[in-house]
Amino acid sequence: MVENSTKLQIKNLNFFYNTQQVLKNINLDISEKKVTALMGPSGCGKTTLLRCVNLMHELVEEAEALGEIVLQPQNINLLGLDVDPLWVRERVGMVFQKPNPFPKSLFENVAYGLRLRGMKNQTELSDRVEMALNQAGLWGEVSDRLQKSALALSGGQQQRLCIARALAVQPEILLLDEPTSALDPISTAHIEEQLSEIKKTVTVIMVTHNLHQAARCSDDTVFMLAGEMIEKGKSQKLFTNPQDKRTENYITGRFG
Amino acid sequence: MTRSQKRKVFNFFMKLVGLLSLALALIVLLSLILDLAIRGGGRIDMDFFTSFPSRRAGQAGILSAWVGTLLVMLITAFLTILVGVSAALYLEEYSKQNHPMTKLIELNILNLSAMPSILYGLLALGIFVHYFKLGASLLTAGLTLSLLVLPIVIVSTREALRSLPSNLKEASFALGATRFQTLYYYQLPSAMGGIMTGVILALSRAIGETAPLITIGALTYIAFLPQSIMDPFTVLPIQLFNWLSRPQAEFHVNAAAAGLVLLTLTLALNLIAILIRIRVRKSIKW
Repeated sequence: MVENSTKLQIKNLNFFYNTQQVLKNINLDISEKKVTALMGPSGCGKTTLLRCVNLMHELVEEAEALGEIVLQPQNINLLGLDVDPLWVRERVGMVFQKPNPFPKSLFENVAYGLRLRGMKNQTELSDRVEMALNQAGLWGEVSDRLQKSALALSGGQQQRLCIARALAVQPEILLLDEPTSALDPISTAHIEEQLSEIKKTVTVIMVTHNLHQAARCSDDTVFMLAGEMIEKGKSQKLFTNPQDKRTENYITGRFG
Repeated sequence: MTRSQKRKVFNFFMKLVGLLSLALALIVLLSLILDLAIRGGGRIDMDFFTSFPSRRAGQAGILSAWVGTLLVMLITAFLTILVGVSAALYLEEYSKQNHPMTKLIELNILNLSAMPSILYGLLALGIFVHYFKLGASLLTAGLTLSLLVLPIVIVSTREALRSLPSNLKEASFALGATRFQTLYYYQLPSAMGGIMTGVILALSRAIGETAPLITIGALTYIAFLPQSIMDPFTVLPIQLFNWLSRPQAEFHVNAAAAGLVLLTLTLALNLIAILIRIRVRKSIKW
């Protein structure tokens, strides 16, 4: 099997919030068109690491990220001072822990990012919205009520709508921050199934504190603890044969 | 008496005091409206709206007054929305939240909303009338009333923006939106109900203001309609005041009728504010 090319290289990443160090010297390569799970107990810095990738930390005044996050094949350091955050967020989409659709129609929710980029042609918009909803596995359920309010959807549907909204602008990387932690098991299964479809075109990085989820639907898994990266490997290998004692303790349920 | 009985008696007593206070306020208001309606109601007909004021009470009307009120309100609304909403957007979204200057500005806006309206009249007399030589014109009146109600609009617009969930703002940023795009595509449309309510409540405060307008030198007797925003004017409350200060009882009937019109306008504005709020609550559910 041919080794996949690297989509994102994180080099010597340190993250500070005020004087508190949240991430300590993270070095990590993310493979293209794979699902990489960031796993670890609460407060280990996995969400912070995820938010650095599309520069969401720049919205917080006291936060500072030092190091490099290099996007390939462009070979551009996303943390570079000359990089426009808007350019980054056009290429790196994000879905949050709690479903957060806008109080607009389903169609307008998915079209939001496209409108931001100045797309006005109605047929083009419709095509892209349908494509994104298909990718998120929602089209069949909502195709007849695109003009209805997004807030009338169930929680699981809302989250898939948010995934569609992020996919509509065709990002290179999709960040998922515990996308199913607020959802019931059936909705969770829906989204996990859809991941294999999504990763055909997009590189996915997913934060989860659910071991089973990481084992079920990721290709690679990264285990983090107290701001440090402990171990990274193929998910199958990491869960069956962990190299680090702390990883083993975590996946066997000795702490967590 | 046991302790729980005591608490129940006290509870009942407080309920009674609350109800009585409410009844007192409502009775005074209702009797005022009733009194105005009985005394002035018969005086209201088409001629009352289409006649200029006159020395003969029976022929006098409120044409120049209601046209003046309408024009002043239009100018006030335009200026208030433009400046008030922009100021609120700046304070809420662009200014550094913890900067001492921002805190100072915030504190002063709150202070301004409690300032007596006649002081705004004095300020306007000095700045708009004398310094900028705008005269006792419609424009001066609009500027003055706009200054007076700006704090209301700024505060209510900020409240409306702040009540929006912040995770949706984050979602917008994550999709690559700029601060302005986030405002334009998400925050402003979603906060529009709250903003409009604030604007209308501000206008219903402005519509009844008399003191600052008399201070800037608004005329009490006008027998022509203004042709431009630089023309002199009168408004309903001033016309009302003028009629009330006459000795003849017939003019007092006119005053009651004008009061009824003014009251109806104010209540209508409030009603519109409530309707907008209901509509927005229906269309946006969080």
